[in-house]
Amino acid sequence: MKRERVLMKGNEALAEAAVRAGCRYFFGYPITPQNEIPEYMSRRLPEVGGQFVQAESEVAAINMLYGAGGAGARAMTSSSSPGISLKQEGISYMAAAEVPGLIVNMTRGGPGLGGIQPAQSDYHQATRGGGHGDYRTIVFGPATVQEMVDLVGKAFDLADRYRTPVVIVGDGMLGQIMEPVVLPDPVDPDRLPPKPWATTGARGRRPNLINSLHLAAAECEELNRRLEAKYSEIRANEQMAEIVHPGADYFVVAYGTTARICREAVGQAREEGLSVGLLRPITLWPFPTKAFEEALETAKGFLTVEMSLGQMVDDVRLSVGGRAPVRFYGRTGGVVPSAEEVLGEIRRMVEEGDEGR
Amino acid sequence: MKLAIIMSGFGGQGVMSMGQLLAYAAMDEGREVTWLPSYGPEMRGGAAYCTVVVSDRPVGSPLTTRPDACIIMNRPSLDKFEEAVKPGGILVLNTSLCDRLPGRDDLTLVALPVTDIASDLGDFRVANMVALGAFLEVEPVVKSSSVLEALKKTLPEHRRHLLPLNEKALEAGALEARKRLQDRTA
Amino acid sequence: MTSRTWERPSGTEIVYERPRSLTDVVTHYCPGCTHGIAHRLVAEVIDELDIRERAVGIASVGCSVLAYKYFDVDMLQAAHGRAPAVATGVKRVRPETVVFTYQGDGDLAAIGTAEIVHAAMRGENLTVIFINNAIFGMTGGQMAPTTLVGQETTTSPGGRRPQRAGYPIRICEMISVLDGAAYVARQALSSPQSIARAKKAIRKAFEAQLEERGLGLVELLSSCSVNWKMSPGDALRWIETHMVPVYPLGVFKDWTEAGAEAASSPVRPAAGGSDGAERRGEAAG
Ligand SMILES: Cc1ncc(C[n+]2csc(CCOP(=O)(O)OP(=O)(O)O)c2C)c(N)n1
Ligand code: SF4
Ligand SMILES: [Mg+2]
Repeated sequence: MKRERVLMKGNEALAEAAVRAGCRYFFGYPITPQNEIPEYMSRRLPEVGGQFVQAESEVAAINMLYGAGGAGARAMTSSSSPGISLKQEGISYMAAAEVPGLIVNMTRGGPGLGGIQPAQSDYHQATRGGGHGDYRTIVFGPATVQEMVDLVGKAFDLADRYRTPVVIVGDGMLGQIMEPVVLPDPVDPDRLPPKPWATTGARGRRPNLINSLHLAAAECEELNRRLEAKYSEIRANEQMAEIVHPGADYFVVAYGTTARICREAVGQAREEGLSVGLLRPITLWPFPTKAFEEALETAKGFLTVEMSLGQMVDDVRLSVGGRAPVRFYGRTGGVVPSAEEVLGEIRRMVEEGDEGR
Repeated sequence: MKLAIIMSGFGGQGVMSMGQLLAYAAMDEGREVTWLPSYGPEMRGGAAYCTVVVSDRPVGSPLTTRPDACIIMNRPSLDKFEEAVKPGGILVLNTSLCDRLPGRDDLTLVALPVTDIASDLGDFRVANMVALGAFLEVEPVVKSSSVLEALKKTLPEHRRHLLPLNEKALEAGALEARKRLQDRTA
Repeated sequence: MTSRTWERPSGTEIVYERPRSLTDVVTHYCPGCTHGIAHRLVAEVIDELDIRERAVGIASVGCSVLAYKYFDVDMLQAAHGRAPAVATGVKRVRPETVVFTYQGDGDLAAIGTAEIVHAAMRGENLTVIFINNAIFGMTGGQMAPTTLVGQETTTSPGGRRPQRAGYPIRICEMISVLDGAAYVARQALSSPQSIARAKKAIRKAFEAQLEERGLGLVELLSSCSVNWKMSPGDALRWIETHMVPVYPLGVFKDWTEAGAEAASSPVRPAAGGSDGAERRGEAAG
C-alpha cells in the first residue's frame, strides 16, 4: 500500500519524524530559523505523553538532553548556529560519557550574530567535534524534507547503537521549505532495545555511572582509545553518499540545499553535452571517502560548492588525495548560490581541465 | 514541465496561504512541488513573499531568480519583482493596491483590482483567492477544483463556512482574467 | 547631519523634538510597539544629564537588537544575554564612560540570568534598561520566563501551565536583594503618567552609575501587540490589567533612601499607594 504524501514544512516534518521515531522529550530555546520545531513539539509531545521544556538557554537545553539521554530516553534538542555554539560543551560531555541524543542545527549565516538566512558555515564545527577534546559526532546533511525525515529515525538508531550524540545539519531553507513527504510508521518507545547502562535508579543491580572525568592520564587515554575504536567502526560502516551520473568526467560535490541547486546545474551542463555528475555526501561525518574512490575511477576533476567560503572542500581534498584537481565555489552569509552561477563554474572547470587548481 | 511562481504582497494579504494552496493542489495532482517563504525578523508588517515550484520531477532549487510567473499584490512587490519575471512570463497584478502598471511589454499581464473584487464579494481577505483564480485562468498548472479540495482539507472546522465565499472569489478572479485577456486579443 | 531645513516662525517655541541622542531614522518596530517609547526616554535622560559623548550603549539580542541604529551614541552589540558582561568589560577599561544595556526579557531573564545577577552581585556601575513584554518578540512570540500563567504563546499552546512551564520570574525583586544593586525599579509604559514615572526611574538608574553607587536597573512593562495578538490600545490596557498585578510597580531599592525600608518594601499599587492611579488612568490609544 502506498502511504499518503503530506505537504509539510521541513521543521515540522522533522519534529513529527522524531516523535514517530520514539522521541518523547524535547529541550530547546527559540531561535530563527528553526522555531517551528519547538513550537510543534510544545503541541505534539503532550499528546503522546512526552515532555517539552523550553530551557532558559541552549546551554541548559543540551544539558537537559544529556540528562534525558543518560536516563535512557530518546530525546532531542534543536537550534541554529549561535545556539549550537553554546551547545558544544554539552555535546563534548555527551560524546565523552557516551550518551545518545539528537541535535539539529538549522544553520544560518555567521560568524557572530550573523543573519538568519541559510548557510553551511558550521560544517567544520559539526564534523570536527565542535567542542573540546578528541571526539566526533555522526553528522547527517540531508537535501530534501523527505530525506531529512528518513534520517531522523536512522539518527536515533545510530545514536543508541553507538551511544553517541548524532547531529542533523539542515539549513534555514530546508527548515522553512514545504514539500510533499511520506512520514514513517511510528515506533513504540517502550519496545526499543533496553539500555542497561542508563541511570534509572539502581533497583536490584549495581549502580550505573555516567561520567566524563578521568583524572589519571592513562585512564583518560584509555577512554579516548575506546572512543576512537568506535569512530573507526562508524567510519567503516556508516558512510552515506549519492552519486548522480556515475562514470562522469567531472563531479560537483555538494550537500544539503546546495546539492539540490547543483543537481539542477549538473542537469543543465549535461544538456550542453558536458560529462558531469554530482557526488552528494549524506553523512558529513563519517565523510563518504568510499564514494570518492568510486568517482575517482573516471573523475578528472571536482568542483566543491558550499554555502560557506570553503569548509567541506578540505575533506574533499583529503579524500581525493591529489589524484585530481579540486576546485571550490562558495557563497556565504546567507546568500544562496544560483544554478546559473554553478553552471558557469562547471563550464570553467571543463574548459580549463587540469589547468584548474 | 517546471514552473516557478513568486507571490508577493503585504503581510496579511494571504500570499503565504495562496502559495500553500497551490502547492497542496499540485501535490494532490501527483506533481512534485516546493513552497518556500521569505523569512525575516518577525512581524514588521512589511512585504512577504513565497516561491512555489511545480514540476514533473523532484524539485532542485526551491528558489528562483527568474520566475515564470509573479502574482503581485501591492506596489512594493511590483517594484521588487517586475524585472525578475522571465521574458514571456506571466504577471498578475492587483491594481487596487498598485498605482502603476509594469513598464515591460514582453509579459502576459493580467491587471485587475483584486482587493476591490474581493470586497465586493463581501470580504477583502479573499483577495488572495481572486488573484489565484486569475492566475490559474492564464496558467492552469492545477485545476481550480484541486485548489478547492486543498482548501477543504486545510481549513479548520470552524472556518468551513468560508468555503463558498472562497469558491466565488476563485471564480470571480478567473472570470475577470478571461475578460481582460479577451479584450486584449480582440 | 540632521540639520533642519525649516525656519521656526517667530513667537513660537519648540515644545517637542527628537532627543539629540536618537538618530534620525525610522525604526523597524511594529506599529504600537513600546520599544520606541523606551528608546526615547533613555535618550531624553542622556540628553538631560549631558552624557551623550560619554555614553556607551550595549545592544542585546531581541527586537531591540537594532538599537545600535537608533541611539546616537557609541554602541556595541552583544551576544544574546551577555550584555551585562560586555558592559562590565567596557566599564572596567573606561570608568569615565556611562555604560548602559538595553535588554528584553528573553535576553535578560532567560539566557542572560547569570550575567545580570553577577553584574549586580559585583556592584558594577552600569545602567540596565530591561524591557519586559512577557514574550520573545523577535523570534515570533514564544514563551518568555516572564510570560504570565495562562498566557498563550507559540510554545505554550493553550496558555502557560505552571505544572510544565513554571511561574513568571520577578527580576526586580530578585536583583534588589543583592547588595551590589544601587537602584532597582519597575514602571509601565502604558499611560502618560506611568511613562513619566518610568523616565524618572531611568534617570535615577543613570545617576546611580554617575555617583558610582553600583548597578541601576529599571524594568519597563511593555507591550508586544503583534505577538499578543491585540490592538495596540488593548495591549496597553493589558499591561495594566494583567501584567501590573503580577509585576507590581515601584522602587525596590534606592541608595538615596535610607537603606532597609526601601529595599524590603517596594511600593505596591495593590496597596492603594500613589501608583494605583496609573492602573485607573486611561491608556493612550
Ligand atoms: C544564542 C542565541 N539563542 C537564541 C537566539 C534567538 N533569539 C533572538 S532574539 C530572542 C529573544 C528575544 O526576546 P526578548 O529578549 O524578550 O526581546 P523582545 O524581542 O521581546 O524585545 C531569541 C531567543 C539568538 N540570537 N542567540
Ligand atoms: S514583535 Fe513585539 S516587541 Fe518586537 S517590534 Fe513588534 S511589537 Fe515590538
Ligand atoms: Mg520580550
